[in-house]
Amino acid sequence: MSKKTTYTLPIGPIHPALKEPVAFEFETDGERIINVDFHVGHVHRGIEWIGMHRNPVQILYIAERICGICNICHPIAFCRAVENAAGIEVPERADYIRVIMAELERIHSHILWAGVAAHEIGFDTVLHLSWAMREKVLDLIEYLTGNRITKAIMAVGGVRRDITENQYPTINNALNYYKENLDTIKSVFLDDKSIQMRAKNCGILTKEDALKLCAVGPTTRASGVKKDVRVDQAYCAYGDLNIDYMTPDLLTGEVNGDVYDRIVVRLLEVEQSIDLIEQCIDMLPAGDIMAEPKIPKLLAMLKKVEGDGIGRAEAPRGEVIHYVKLKAGDAPFTWKVRAPTYNNLLPWVPMLLGEEVADIPIVAASTDPCLSCTNRAIVIKGNKREVLDNEALHRMSVEKTRRLAL
Amino acid sequence: MKKQQLETLKKSLWVFHMNTGSCNGCDIEIVAALTPRYDIERFGMMLVGTPRHADVLLITGPLIKKMEDKVKRVYEQMPEPKVVIVVGNCGSTGGVFHESYSVAGPIDKVIPVDVYVPGCPPRPEAIINGVAKAWLKLERLEGKK
Repeated sequence: MSKKTTYTLPIGPIHPALKEPVAFEFETDGERIINVDFHVGHVHRGIEWIGMHRNPVQILYIAERICGICNICHPIAFCRAVENAAGIEVPERADYIRVIMAELERIHSHILWAGVAAHEIGFDTVLHLSWAMREKVLDLIEYLTGNRITKAIMAVGGVRRDITENQYPTINNALNYYKENLDTIKSVFLDDKSIQMRAKNCGILTKEDALKLCAVGPTTRASGVKKDVRVDQAYCAYGDLNIDYMTPDLLTGEVNGDVYDRIVVRLLEVEQSIDLIEQCIDMLPAGDIMAEPKIPKLLAMLKKVEGDGIGRAEAPRGEVIHYVKLKAGDAPFTWKVRAPTYNNLLPWVPMLLGEEVADIPIVAASTDPCLSCTNRAIVIKGNKREVLDNEALHRMSVEKTRRLAL
Repeated sequence: MKKQQLETLKKSLWVFHMNTGSCNGCDIEIVAALTPRYDIERFGMMLVGTPRHADVLLITGPLIKKMEDKVKRVYEQMPEPKVVIVVGNCGSTGGVFHESYSVAGPIDKVIPVDVYVPGCPPRPEAIINGVAKAWLKLERLEGKK
């Protein structure tokens, strides 16, 4: 018997199925994928390096532009890291407004993802249906913050814009729109036969793999792992709210960890977000929205701070962590961002192994990858590009920890 | 001076969208321009899968060094006449990333750019306006032949 030859199928970095530059290499035997490798780094903009040359208030603008979709959760995590380091107490009202904004972002991001997922399996009608619905929440975001995409509402020590009572009717109007129309999208995704055929038993991530590879966000919750920063380590106002983990068994009664379950989790989370915003508006306490409204005074205070802080937040894609170490002076000594897609890259490998080539787009999209969040690390020394193996990376990582601890 | 205006839509524009390291902000606004609220497909514009079919190259992002040669290759694959639109501040000027060590942009350093759409990100209306400007230029280029 002759040994079968396998083929290597390169996809990317520029490819119409990919929304962002990433290069895949698939080793295939006929239609079956037997090995997966991927190269990232095409969206590396040196954001942390830029941050180390600016003061914390200026960094906020960079933090917002880490990602155009999660541009509430990155600033929240960054602000909380700086507030943690400097010991700033955020007013209660600002905490509630932060939650409202974060949940609006979750609605927009999950509906956007639903459209992209439908597009990846060739169901463009649903792409247009869900993106038409998404415009309503963008209108609401624009009404509350002044911008459609880059919201610019976070500030160190609070938020920059208040929500007043005369804005409530518009907010309720938009939320009611989603309550009434979400069933359309839900029935399309949950009952339509073509989506079920493509999504069920496809791209399975087992609970063990999800735990072992440290998957985060809806990707891990769809595999039955109860992990959500909003519940585990409630930040901002989440501690006061009625919130629980969203796992697919709440709706379907079983956990398979396939693409279908990841769709179910995201649809459940949109409903949960609507509920959370309503709870916030009911309980919105009176008071200030900024701990220190005078920016020069705030900066002068931050200049003297020495110490480090960590900010965690649950982004639509999972947990985002910002670490900031402040030393006397304008710019922070270091700023480190760990975005959720970084954890959700490796689960791609067990998901894709054994699947067909045609399933690549939907499986890759099912973790809702956001590469602009992720690409902040690459090694280029002089003109020589080095590929670092596991041990070298680990050694460098340990060295960096020691260096920072000095 | 008489303002140039689009009088007839003589052909349908096919657009190739390329991300050179953007934050997704401009990219989702481009998709928003295609979907029902703005729906530029009613003018016959659509996104195509390969630069070899495209009249217009729509570029977002500050141009990361790793993408520099890829942008050139995509540009050279497009048939003449062609126009290039840069969407967003970072591709036009460098924007907030101007000082970064890994940015090779702005994009006009590498390939000739015809239309700039400023904004961070620009609204879909602004992107459509930019495409209409590119249309005028394309008609002028075709007239010269």
